[in-house]
Amino acid sequence: MSDPSTILQPGTPAPDFTLPVTPDQTVSLSDFRGRPVILAFYPNDFSPVCGDQLGLYNEILSEFHKHHAELLGISVDSSWCHGAFASTRKFHFPLLADFEPKGAVAKRYGVYREHEGTAARALFVIDGDGVIRWSYLSPVGVNPGADGILDALEELDSHAGAKA
Amino acid sequence: MTTKQQGTLRPEVSEQDHMLGPVGAPITLVEYGDLQCPHCRRAHGVLPRVMKRLGDRMRFVFRHFPITESHPNALHAAEAAESVAAQVGEDAFWKMHDLLYEHQPEWEDEPDDTRILQLAREAGADPDVVAADLNSDKYEEHVKADFMSGVRSGVNGTPTFFINGRRFDGDWTSVDTFVAALEAAES
Repeated sequence: MSDPSTILQPGTPAPDFTLPVTPDQTVSLSDFRGRPVILAFYPNDFSPVCGDQLGLYNEILSEFHKHHAELLGISVDSSWCHGAFASTRKFHFPLLADFEPKGAVAKRYGVYREHEGTAARALFVIDGDGVIRWSYLSPVGVNPGADGILDALEELDSHAGAKA
Repeated sequence: MTTKQQGTLRPEVSEQDHMLGPVGAPITLVEYGDLQCPHCRRAHGVLPRVMKRLGDRMRFVFRHFPITESHPNALHAAEAAESVAAQVGEDAFWKMHDLLYEHQPEWEDEPDDTRILQLAREAGADPDVVAADLNSDKYEEHVKADFMSGVRSGVNGTPTFFINGRRFDGDWTSVDTFVAALEAAES
């Protein structure tokens, strides 16, 4: 398990990145500027807990969209593997391949597990200005659920409302 | 930014819930379950033994959490159980809940509601009324409200259990471990 003190904390600008989303397409975090992004780092495609976690998020995508938020899954698996995983589980959100150099984005977010060579199970909610507003590192065997994400998105909305 | 503690049951248990055991019991176990889920079916085999061990010290509450992308018949099963409850009462709800788990392999891959409706009849309901309720999605909102309360409580798959309002991430497959965790919450 990675050291919780290394995970990027709320208030930190989210490091930008560009990663493959399919074998011939890439996505950058900055593409989503102007709306919230949920980054879900997870250890591996096809491992049982990840499937349950992402399956739950897939089931409630419409709740995330109510907050205009975009969900991005990230692991060190390749885009070919992601494609097979997403089509088997009927996922309707992108999975990004932090594959080469391996785990580079997870390392920048402070959620890489050196010993295992995978990302930790970690969640970030990033606001429309590209600032981390909430982060959470879960014990790797425990699926973190979606309550923390939805609470953070509501906080963002209420904050935006107060500013306006 | 203030964030509520994750894995906290909300809303709390109320008289709106399907409940077994005394209202004032010191231990409350809530399950978010999917009637088509094989793991929930397994839990259904464990729970009677847990309830027997704890007797009047525990009450058990069931809330719906159908994961429809992987279990296409789970929503209708949940709605049928609600229809049975509305028609016949709480005892019939629990009978339907038990029948659906016990006969899960017979209806999980069915292309229609035939087997579910037969079970509703067995639970004491008029299957034509249940069929009409399924066609009109009468209880869909109720089931989805349960589902969203689960999401907001930190449900992370099925079954997810809450012991006195806190998510239980331990092992529920062993009666001894499960009972020990429940007893630890009693004081």
